This record gives sequence, structure tokens and C-alpha cells, in this order.
Amino acid sequence: MSALPDLICPAGSLPALKAAVDNGADAVYLGFKNDTNARNFAGLNFDQKNMAEGIRYAHAKGCEVLLAINTFPQAGRVGDWQKAVDAAVDLGVDAIILADVGLLDYAARRHPQQRLHLSVQGSATSYEAINFAQREFNVRRAVLPRVLTLAQVEHVIKNTTVEIEVFGFGSLCVMNEGRCWLSSYACGESPNTVGACSPAKYVKWDKKPGAMETRLNGILIDRFGDDEPAGYPTLCKGRFEVQGETYYALEEPTSLNVVSILPEIIKIGVKAIKVEGRQRSPAYVTQVTRTLRAALDSLAAGSERFHVKPAWQAELAKVSEGSQATLGAYNRPWR
Amino acid sequence: MDSKFTIPKFQLPGFLASLVGKLPQWPHSLALVAGLNAALKMNLLPVDELAALEDKLFRVRVLDTGGEASYTYRNGLFRPVFTPTREPDLAFAANLSAYLQLLARQEDPDTLFFNRELEITGDTELGLIVKNMLDAVEWPKFPGRLPLIHH
Repeated sequence: MSALPDLICPAGSLPALKAAVDNGADAVYLGFKNDTNARNFAGLNFDQKNMAEGIRYAHAKGCEVLLAINTFPQAGRVGDWQKAVDAAVDLGVDAIILADVGLLDYAARRHPQQRLHLSVQGSATSYEAINFAQREFNVRRAVLPRVLTLAQVEHVIKNTTVEIEVFGFGSLCVMNEGRCWLSSYACGESPNTVGACSPAKYVKWDKKPGAMETRLNGILIDRFGDDEPAGYPTLCKGRFEVQGETYYALEEPTSLNVVSILPEIIKIGVKAIKVEGRQRSPAYVTQVTRTLRAALDSLAAGSERFHVKPAWQAELAKVSEGSQATLGAYNRPWR
Repeated sequence: MDSKFTIPKFQLPGFLASLVGKLPQWPHSLALVAGLNAALKMNLLPVDELAALEDKLFRVRVLDTGGEASYTYRNGLFRPVFTPTREPDLAFAANLSAYLQLLARQEDPDTLFFNRELEITGDTELGLIVKNMLDAVEWPKFPGRLPLIHH
């Protein structure tokens, strides 16, 4: 029986961080209040004072703090990203999560003692890419994009000594992390450039009789009937007319939920399981952290008697986007 | 807050909305504004985000009571607007139970939004600022002093 993987939970604010710590996270991940991270939303994230307090709170309770600097430095402003790395080191975070190769190089040379993780935005799906990051930048952990089957994740783990972190719960997108430009196609801005997918200033929710219309920079993304669940206003989750049929042409609004395959994830040696959702509220962080902690703890003594409690799935289904959950790529039959 | 106490999802009977709709709307406007100003006085709201609220018109509609409150933020204070003369910059509409679940941090606004229990219309970015501002507030531990509930 392998050791239990770490539970890595999102924190967009100090109350969310405390909720994660208090409900059983082994680590929290967070970002600065600027475009050096991919959840650069108005009013979200940490200034240095809040972050220092958050780090104190987490460390006092034995919880690690991982800082995401996972956007790509923009022309003429590379210094801003390097300063963010320096600030993270000064604050004493346990690891910095980086995506950009230039920034990984800067961090590895300037702060050789600092633990570095390769962000999902770094788009490393093969052990060759991960081993390169280890050799060149001493990366200690890699977060895998959500495109691999469980067998492929196992193959990666068998061929690297870098710790592997996978997503366990949260909203799904088209999962072309670090390489997706759909948001830029619609509004000229994307996570890679400004740190936000489909930024709020481009989003309009229009209430019409019997329906709600979502527009992204004027483009009609979806029209929800009064009884239909809604999703985030991104291009990938829109319903479009394709060859005379209107449907979710790219993907349905849905959330990833790996609770049912936790024993397999543990068995193949995954080091950490990440929960998506730094943009969500403390209530979400509480609910998801508590549920996954309970599910993981039930596996501490072995997986022989593991069964998925309906209460866990009900709690996770409630907070899911589109009110439905999937195993995503982990169990798809094709490769 | 006691995590064992949970607010159930409920909907008040329809006749209540038609009844309350006929009553003057100023009591809940005053209560809401007093609560927000109490939070201001306790320095619970961040200065940077407050600047984005200046002169914006907000409307909070409680669907199952028929109640509605409009307010604005000007010169460092939230102020009720009893007879709005224009469409609000940001409008919320939900049943009472959804608002109570939000205030108690029992449910996340995205969850309520996905499930169509909370409607947000108007300036989406302003909505995000308000949501994230309230999420970041460290409410005092003693529930009786929650400024938005106790007024």
C-alpha cells in the first residue's frame, strides 16, 4: 500500500486558506494579486501582508503553502515575474509553481535552495518533458495536464523520479493547459497573457423571458432555460450551431471528480491530488476539502474495504459546474 | 460559526411576495446599508476594492418575500437609494434562503449560480469585485457580531 497522496487545496482569500487548513488540506496553493498567476480576478488573491499571515496560519498547523506564478512573462515586463519569484522566496513559501521556462531558469539559478514545481500550465504530459525540467531546473514535482488516462499517468510515474501531482476535483475546461487561446480568440485576453480566462469585463448575463443569455465580448455563448444549470461563460463551454444542430460543440459544463478511482490513483504512486477553484468562495473550499479528506482518510488502512459514500458524491455534485461530474480523461478508452 | 447549524434551502409561499411587494421598501434598505457601514467601520472591507464601488447603483431583490433594496457607495459610506431613477449597475435576485446561505458562508455563490438559485445581472466585473470582497472579509468569530446579520 502506497502512502496517501497530499491533498492540495485552493485559496483565493485568507478565509478560503483558513478553511482549507482547518478542513484537512496538506497544502494550499495561492497567488499574488496581479497577473503573475492564472486566477488574476478582481478582488481575488493575496497582497504580501495577507500572504504572510496566511503562511503563518498554515505553517502553524503543519500545512504547506505553494505559490503559483504560472502565467507567461509579457514582453517588456519580465522583471515583474522575476520580482514575484524573489518575493515568494522572501515570504518563505514551501514551493513555487512555475510554467515559463525562462522563469524556471531564473528561479533555479537565483534561488537554488527553493523548491520548484512545474505548473499544469507548463503543459508537460510526457516523462521526457518532466525529466528535462528536473535536469535543467531541479524541478521536484510536476502537475499533469488533465488529458492523460490513468495508464498514461502510471507510465509517466514509472519513468521519472519527479513527484507527480494530478487534478482530483474541479471545473474542467478543454484541458489544453498553457496552450489554450480560445479566450484570446473571443476577447484578446487569455490566462497565458493576463492571468484570466474570459475576463469578467467581457461577460454579460442577460435575463430574457424564460431564459438567460450569456455573451462573451458580444458573442452569444449559451442560452439557459429557467430550469437548466448554468456554467462559466467560456467559449469551450458554449452551445453552438454546427451543421444545423445546436449543442455543446467542444464540451459540456462539468466537473472532474476522481473519488471513485482514488484506490487506483494511490496504487500507481501519485504524490499529490489537487483541487481546482481559487476563484471559488470559502464555502466551496470547506465542502470539497472536508469531503476529499474523509475519502482519503478512509483509505489510510488500505483499499480493500473502500466504498464511495453517497454523501461524498452528493456534496461534490452540488458544488460542481453543470451539476455533473466525470472521470475525464482518466478512464477514456481511446488515446 | 457553528458548522453543525445549517440553513436549509426553502422557498417562502407566493402570497408573501405579493403582500410584501405592497409594503414600503425602506426598512430592508436601511438594514442592509447599516450592516455594510458597520463592516466599513470595523475596517473589514479592503480600500482598493471599495474605490471600484464609488457611485455605483446596486439592487438586491429577494424573490420569495418580494422585498427589494437599492443602495450606492459614495464618499466612504454605503447609502440607501429609496427611489432609483436608473437601472442598477449590478443586480442580485434570489430567494431569502440563498442569501442566508451566502451570508453564513454555507454555500458558494458560484454553486448557487450554477444551480440557478442566484441571478446576477449588470456589470459582471463589478459583481466579481463585490463577491471577492465579501469572500475576503474575516468576519469576527462571535456570530452575534456578524455585521450583515446583526443590525
